[in-house]
Amino acid sequence: MNAQNSVSRRTLLTGGLATGVLLAFHLPLRAAPNEPVQKDTTDGKFAPNAFIRIDRNGRTVLMMPQVEMGQGTYTSISAVIAEELDADWSKVEVQHAPPNDKLYANPTFGLQVTGNSNSIRAWWTPLRKAGATARAMLIQAAASQWGVEPASCTASRGEIAHAASGRKLGYGELALAAQSQTPPKDVAVKDPKDFVLIGQPLKRLDTPDKVNGKALYGIDAILPDMKIAAIANCPVFGGKVGKVDDSAAMKIAGVRKVVVLDDAVAVIGDHMWAAKKGLEALEIEWNEGPNAKITTQDIWDDLRKVSAKDGAVAKSTGDIAKALATGDKFEAAYELPFLAHASMEPINATVRVTKDSCEIWTGTQIMTRVQSEAAKAAGVSVDKVIVNQHLLGGGFGRKLEPDMVVAAVKVAKQVDYPVKVIWTREEDIQHDVYRPVYRDQITASLVDGKVAAWKYKVAGSAILARWLPPAFQKGIDIDAIDAAVDAPYDFANFHVEYVRAEPLSVPTGFWRGVGPNNNVFAVECAMDELARKAGKDPIEFRRAMLTKNPRMLAVLNQVAEKSGWGEKLPPRVGRGVCVQPSFASFIATVVEAEIDDIGEIVLRRVTSVVDTGIAVNPDTVKAQIEGGLIFGLTAALYGEITIDKGRVQQSNFHDYRMMRINETPKIEVTVVKSGEAPGGIGEAGVNAGPPALRNAILAASGVALRRLPIDRKLLAAGKKA
Amino acid sequence: MATTLTINGETKSFDAPPDMPLLWVLRDILGMTGTKFGCGIAQCGACTVHVDGRAVRSCVLPIGTVANRAITTIEHVGSTPSGAKVQKAWLEAEVIQCGYCQSGQIMSAAALLAATPNPDDADIDAAMAGNICRCGTYVRIREAIKLAASGRQS
Repeated sequence: MNAQNSVSRRTLLTGGLATGVLLAFHLPLRAAPNEPVQKDTTDGKFAPNAFIRIDRNGRTVLMMPQVEMGQGTYTSISAVIAEELDADWSKVEVQHAPPNDKLYANPTFGLQVTGNSNSIRAWWTPLRKAGATARAMLIQAAASQWGVEPASCTASRGEIAHAASGRKLGYGELALAAQSQTPPKDVAVKDPKDFVLIGQPLKRLDTPDKVNGKALYGIDAILPDMKIAAIANCPVFGGKVGKVDDSAAMKIAGVRKVVVLDDAVAVIGDHMWAAKKGLEALEIEWNEGPNAKITTQDIWDDLRKVSAKDGAVAKSTGDIAKALATGDKFEAAYELPFLAHASMEPINATVRVTKDSCEIWTGTQIMTRVQSEAAKAAGVSVDKVIVNQHLLGGGFGRKLEPDMVVAAVKVAKQVDYPVKVIWTREEDIQHDVYRPVYRDQITASLVDGKVAAWKYKVAGSAILARWLPPAFQKGIDIDAIDAAVDAPYDFANFHVEYVRAEPLSVPTGFWRGVGPNNNVFAVECAMDELARKAGKDPIEFRRAMLTKNPRMLAVLNQVAEKSGWGEKLPPRVGRGVCVQPSFASFIATVVEAEIDDIGEIVLRRVTSVVDTGIAVNPDTVKAQIEGGLIFGLTAALYGEITIDKGRVQQSNFHDYRMMRINETPKIEVTVVKSGEAPGGIGEAGVNAGPPALRNAILAASGVALRRLPIDRKLLAAGKKA
Repeated sequence: MATTLTINGETKSFDAPPDMPLLWVLRDILGMTGTKFGCGIAQCGACTVHVDGRAVRSCVLPIGTVANRAITTIEHVGSTPSGAKVQKAWLEAEVIQCGYCQSGQIMSAAALLAATPNPDDADIDAAMAGNICRCGTYVRIREAIKLAASGRQS
């Protein structure tokens, strides 16, 4: 099976449901051998660009340049194309695009990457034009067939009509003729007032098969003769395999082979149970290397030392030194811990390596990088590597790395059958690329109840320097300071610095919310402390500095009203606010929380108002904010990866806790109607939760926490600020 | 060792050790991948199936203990009244994001509704707190369970 076949055989079945159109993924991996293969209708197919395929039956297949990891992008991207194409939404099917940077590179990154909440932002214009171009060609084809002016024809729901003569032709009937039309050079896109799909809460295309077990994730790949491997990576970062005694493991029924790599050992078995038991039975001596004694304390000591240095100046306006010398001075440092991604689908990749080829089945956020890294590991050329994309059981940035695929290729190279390498949850938690530790220092001065000077120094890992080296310029990681330089407030004297501080031995990577993770937390915590210092209400204090930012101010005003801000609360209950302009969306959030006598937190209510510009699918926007808030609040309440003896100490959900349904408060999200260009939405909610909760705790207890996760010991009854 | 189980009303015979968890039999021997691996220690609920109608975590359930019991998985739960109601409500409330945990969520919810047709918030918390959703769909899970219970689905 090659990638093209596997993609073209992946069809969507259509069927009606009262609640909307039901479209289902039907992937071929375990189809019965005699199942009729869906004909690839290259003959007679209208394929005006890399994104649209219409066959003679009107079947409209849209190729997805971005990956579906829960954020709803398959449905939103489809809506954008289908809107301008005037497609019949009930006939729209989606396919994962194969790896191809020339056709499918994310316009912002120049790589086939899904991240930074930019799928809709990056593709908004190119995909609208792709749809509109195809529509124009279909109109030309119909007009020429009828001998009328194209301008006298209209397109709607998969048909071209000529009103004057009452004639109509479906897109399927026009496919062949449209294919030979010359694409117009500069096609006009719709006026947003004419949108029929964009702005509607369309039902998601990917969910019907997610209620019945049919949806296939990478971990669900099944191939003839496939075996399963469990893997143990060296517990100490940077360590290597020393000696392996596999005599006990090889005696376990179902264990087939033990593969020793440079820094990991894998056991291949008939099933995961045999592989896992085999792995447990191995006696492995690790060469732990130079990092074997590192502790969390060492990492923090080092970060605090490095963060004392002057940083590279990212932005400076006004006269910061002079302004800081006047007024009422404020200084604080905010510290954030390492975090693991813990996507529900544990890390996995299935690989078959032959003498001159390599085929991969996985779910990844970086299709082409997986392909090129696999080629290196397999020792074949890039064009000999096929990547079969799957749905992702969560990504959150972890699947922006190719390490799991590279390791699986190395295992598969040792055998002549396909191998699915599955990481146990323990491996997943202990061999992640972690959200870095950050130390953010803010120095400010207050004059007449307003911030007159703001100096903000971010210290933390430069993930971009490793991940996309050309983006790291002049010592500044533009991700780490993203929402520091892009502060929503009007500060006359404003200064942002960045100090690169790589944590000792611990690998770092992008984590949902990315750089603004640290910035939004530090900025919004400092703003609350400054408000207290000025003797003002936190929302009132912010409003005075948002007069030049009408979109931010508008959502703040709405959230104040919707959250009942200012209404009386019982003792040890507080409300906290967070405003943020991250990912070109404007979000204001209020968390209401209660602290019990032992310092435990009860979340009572969360209210968010979001202006994301044109909301392609308002229900998806709402869902992403709801879920993002829980993701962020989980981190604030529980999230911390610690290191001892060079190893991660947490291992599974009992000690790397997730919020559960019984802890989830009422969440009310309002999506503001807007005609502005669409903003990003997949990550913004994550960043809103922690500072809003922390500020609620400040309001309830007077304790100004400056580290996460929340330290309950500081909040027990009777503790003072 | 030859083992026979009753899964989704069908008799399945296969060769596996009695201590092997049902999860891996379903996924790696029978090729039924709707039931998911999440943690391996009964902490996340992604692997939830029904044994005689009750929700259990298949990742720690040795197959030697479930001979002669009726096992139902996500692939078949839609043929039970509560399972069908839950699946429909899940789509109507647009609960799902990445979907990986949702097989387990739906199995837990279907068992809840079969035993408690009109659950209150405390019942929902008790039945669903063993299922982790990393995408954070909990608000909609609660809403969908109430929708399924109400019979107000369109």
